[in-house]
Amino acid sequence: MTISTPRSPRRALWRFLQDRRRLNGLLWQLLVVGIVIAGVGWLWSNALHNLSVRRISTGFAFLGREAGMPIADSWIAYSPKDAYARAFLAGIVNTLRVAVIGIVLATVLGTLIGIARLSSNWLLSRLAAVYVEVLRDVPLLLQLLFWYVLMQGLPAARTAWKPVDGVFLSNRGLVLPSVPIEGANLWVIGAATLGLIASYFLRRRLIAQQMADGRTRPLWPYALLLVVGLPALLSWTLGASWTVTFPELRGFNFVGGLTLAPEYFALLIALVTYTSAFIAEIVRSGIQAVHVGQWDAAKALGLRRSFMLRHIVLPQALRVIIPPMTSQYLNLTKNSSLAVAVGYQDIVSIANTTLNQTGQAIEAIALIMLVFLTISLGISLFMNWYNARIALVER
Amino acid sequence: MTSVASAPENPLPLGRPQHRRTLAGRLIGWLRANLFASIPSSIISLLLIAVLGKALISLVQWGYVNAIWIVSGDQTGPCRALRGIGACWAVIPEKYRFILFGTYPFNEQWRPALATLTFIALFYFSTRPSFWGRKLVLLWIGALALIGVLMWGGIFDLTYVSQDRWGGLPVTLILATFGLAFGFPLGILVALGRRSKLPAIRSLCVLYVELIRGVPLISLLFMASVMFPLFMPDGVNIDKLLRAQIAFVLYAGAYLAEVIRGGLQAVPRGQYDAADALGLSYWKKNGLIILPQAIRHVIPPLVNTFIAFFKDTSLVLIIGIFDLLTTAKTSIIDPAWQSFSVEVYIFVSLIYFAFCFAMSRYSRHLEAQARPS
Repeated sequence: MTISTPRSPRRALWRFLQDRRRLNGLLWQLLVVGIVIAGVGWLWSNALHNLSVRRISTGFAFLGREAGMPIADSWIAYSPKDAYARAFLAGIVNTLRVAVIGIVLATVLGTLIGIARLSSNWLLSRLAAVYVEVLRDVPLLLQLLFWYVLMQGLPAARTAWKPVDGVFLSNRGLVLPSVPIEGANLWVIGAATLGLIASYFLRRRLIAQQMADGRTRPLWPYALLLVVGLPALLSWTLGASWTVTFPELRGFNFVGGLTLAPEYFALLIALVTYTSAFIAEIVRSGIQAVHVGQWDAAKALGLRRSFMLRHIVLPQALRVIIPPMTSQYLNLTKNSSLAVAVGYQDIVSIANTTLNQTGQAIEAIALIMLVFLTISLGISLFMNWYNARIALVER
Repeated sequence: MTSVASAPENPLPLGRPQHRRTLAGRLIGWLRANLFASIPSSIISLLLIAVLGKALISLVQWGYVNAIWIVSGDQTGPCRALRGIGACWAVIPEKYRFILFGTYPFNEQWRPALATLTFIALFYFSTRPSFWGRKLVLLWIGALALIGVLMWGGIFDLTYVSQDRWGGLPVTLILATFGLAFGFPLGILVALGRRSKLPAIRSLCVLYVELIRGVPLISLLFMASVMFPLFMPDGVNIDKLLRAQIAFVLYAGAYLAEVIRGGLQAVPRGQYDAADALGLSYWKKNGLIILPQAIRHVIPPLVNTFIAFFKDTSLVLIIGIFDLLTTAKTSIIDPAWQSFSVEVYIFVSLIYFAFCFAMSRYSRHLEAQARPS
């Protein structure tokens, strides 16, 4: 490359035109961008024409109209008389409900199986290997349909299985005992969550102090006070009631308790088991990536096994584990859209119904994409933050 | 869990007596080393043996001992009487033609069968390193043309069969294979574009990849099935299968681009400099020097992407295209056979499993080869 020293603008232009590489680059970019703009413009003009022929109005005005679609399983108050916007909100809540719980459960199950895969017990490690291999090599949608069929094949509510008192498994889904989550109880739960966050920051401070003067300070009395003590006091002053309601069979269905509909339950099981197989492999390779010397060194220091895992092996393994884990979380969230195949009303299912009712195809699909892009971005940002936090601090 | 910490590398504890020579002695030695090495390990082993034994016994009873293998016609009465106690495998011989080939004309079904075998042969030869290179490209073009002739017909005395009669396994294989065949070059271009120094091209490629990877495949398929017709001029009516195929190409392109980009990043800087020093043009530099090395680096993750992609073709069920999973689901709509979906799903799972397992074995074999011994 020659370094040009432009003396006058005209000379600079001349030099630029002589530099074939840069000229080529500019032409290529103009060509590609031109083709893309022309293509999109052509498609868009076709779409406008077709929409006007079919008398479909563009825009999001339809969101204010009455939806008229029933949503069987919603966590926010919703009736068919509500607007489409409300239906979409219920769909988003349903998507988040399955994705968030799915991510937590899949992480726990996947980690257990990944560790089992490394166990010195032959039977356990073989079993974990078979689990991983079988679940990874069958399409998720097929597994989902399979679980759903099994769920429908369960006994009716009258003859439901009772593995534990108060827990019923039938073709109506899984029914669990529950505590009310409203009013004063919500405040108490909020206080406990705040306490948890506060203890986390307290822990960081205590560790920083320990780094400074070398004295260890116990965390647990403060944590106990913040997470249990203060919320308990709040609960007592607000008079929150924590009576557990047990589900009861009345007629053909259950009353009381928390019901996980068969659609939700099948989707959750399918997502959790499928993703856990991938997470297990990630955890296994992460642990194996920790050099043997690290184990030996920890053993030579006479550390306890649990201490060794927590403070020597896991922090190093996590660095290998977190980036692929992030993409599994994103996959699980995107895969939750398979809900539409079993009739669980997540955002995709609601958008699909809307599309059929109103013909607003472009808007409905744009909304799906917007919701998923936002969720994906949120998960990515959180995981990147976490990854940066646990990254190797090089001195 | 038991003892991850004790031996991550070598599960065989050293220092056990090695002098047992008899078979029984060796068996006991193996059991002690692998199942009963410590008290927690023994507890886990016993627990697993109990649970597994019980599960296996009931599985064998359901799937073999109490199973019904054949019934005449649609007489599924004995099957239904045994529901939950024994499997009704009779549904498979009754329905397998429909599951495998959908509504393709019954007497012509040797054609999709032959097309399926061509696919399998194509996959097999693609795994042979001796074929990698120009030969492979020619092989793919030839095989895909042959499959097109077999499926469509219309020449060589073969009657014409239109796309809406296609179904089952060939459709799954077509969606996956054509998606890869067109998605792969697209992925290469996008990966190069994303690493290009030209800002407009780079941002276009980033936008494409992130947009496709950020949304679920279903929304792309919905787009192909309901939005795509809106974007076409009057009179242009593209077949549903082709629309889904386009969505799959775009989807595969984005994911493959990311894998290939990883490979491009692994090619050392010196290779670029050397190619520049030889005065090669951009396309020659990438085509002859950089890409062959980059793709070799990422063959195992590429195979993993292929597996994921193969499984993902099953999603066309949601937009009503007759792939293997859709034919399976449709085959049990028949009232007489309605309650035997579990058996059919197991049968289809085995087919998917066979393809994916073969691919994952192959990927592992490649990884083992790549690792320095």
